Amino acid sequence: MPLGAAEGGVVTTRLHIDWTRCDGHGSCAELLPELLGLDDFGFPVVRFAERDPAIPRRDEEAARHAVRSCPVMALRLYEPG
Amino acid sequence: MNETLWALGRGTGLVALVMFTIALALGIASRSGRPLPGLGRFGISDLHRTASLTGVGLVAVHLTSLLFDPFAQLRVVDFVLPFFASYRPLWLGLGTLAVDTLAVVTVVSLLRQRLGPRVFRTVHWATYALWPIALLHALGSGTDAGTEWFRGLTAACVVAVVAAVGWRLTPSYAGRGWARHPRRTG
Ligand code: HEM
Ligand code: SF4
Repeated sequence: MPLGAAEGGVVTTRLHIDWTRCDGHGSCAELLPELLGLDDFGFPVVRFAERDPAIPRRDEEAARHAVRSCPVMALRLYEPG
Repeated sequence: MNETLWALGRGTGLVALVMFTIALALGIASRSGRPLPGLGRFGISDLHRTASLTGVGLVAVHLTSLLFDPFAQLRVVDFVLPFFASYRPLWLGLGTLAVDTLAVVTVVSLLRQRLGPRVFRTVHWATYALWPIALLHALGSGTDAGTEWFRGLTAACVVAVVAAVGWRLTPSYAGRGWARHPRRTG
């Protein structure tokens, strides 16, 4: 069972990657290894079939850290609704 | 008391220069996209930010303590408008110019999520000018500039920045290290 996909009913924070900005810097995957992998060129790949992966509670801090660390400001957290 | 303020003013100025040297080298390292052993990629950005903001704090103390230094006779306006101070106007003016640039760079950096990468990057280029301006200011107005240890320390800063900027300008810099160190996916 992929992480993050199981939180039915609860409003969870999601991570949006702006692909027009991302330039494959890779620090987001280091911070969120369970959510993001890297392809051969260093671009992040969401590990399960979700466009904007839901962030498990315990990864929220890491996710905020990832947003801060992205050098091109390509990451954004939002709560769907 | 005045002696203390003066010493505080000089000390914080010098440590700020060291912080900006570290910030510049780490900014270049993080821009390269390569991880540093033990730090990873995000660790470099974190340290870059910490070094920069520490430098900003030190500059604030530097200014405050020298404002009350009776010898330099600075007015608040000398911290904003360069080249009008009565005491060593050129060298102090460079310091003022550095402070103005630093203020803009800092505010834009902190608001970068809102301003977007274009504005951020364009303004951030000014840091390449900021560093030499601050260095000249230190060499020109520093009371200790003639001493061995001051020269040694500034020489070390210059070597670090020249090496980092030199690397920034080499073609292999842009390669991100992917070709030479391919990462496994997944
Ligand atoms: C005040 C807070 C600051 C913040 C939040 C900040 C943040 C950043 C970020 C996010 C990057 C992009 C890194 C990348 O592309 O991987 C960067 C790059 C850089 N920073 Fe800063 N920075 C700050 C202050 C400074 C200062 C004071 C200096 C120099 C004295 C500096 C020098 C650099 C340099 C040289 C680069 C590489 C730019 C390039 O060549 O494209 N930064 N910084
Ligand atoms: S940190 Fe930003 S630029 Fe780097 S891979 Fe992640 S989203 Fe892309």
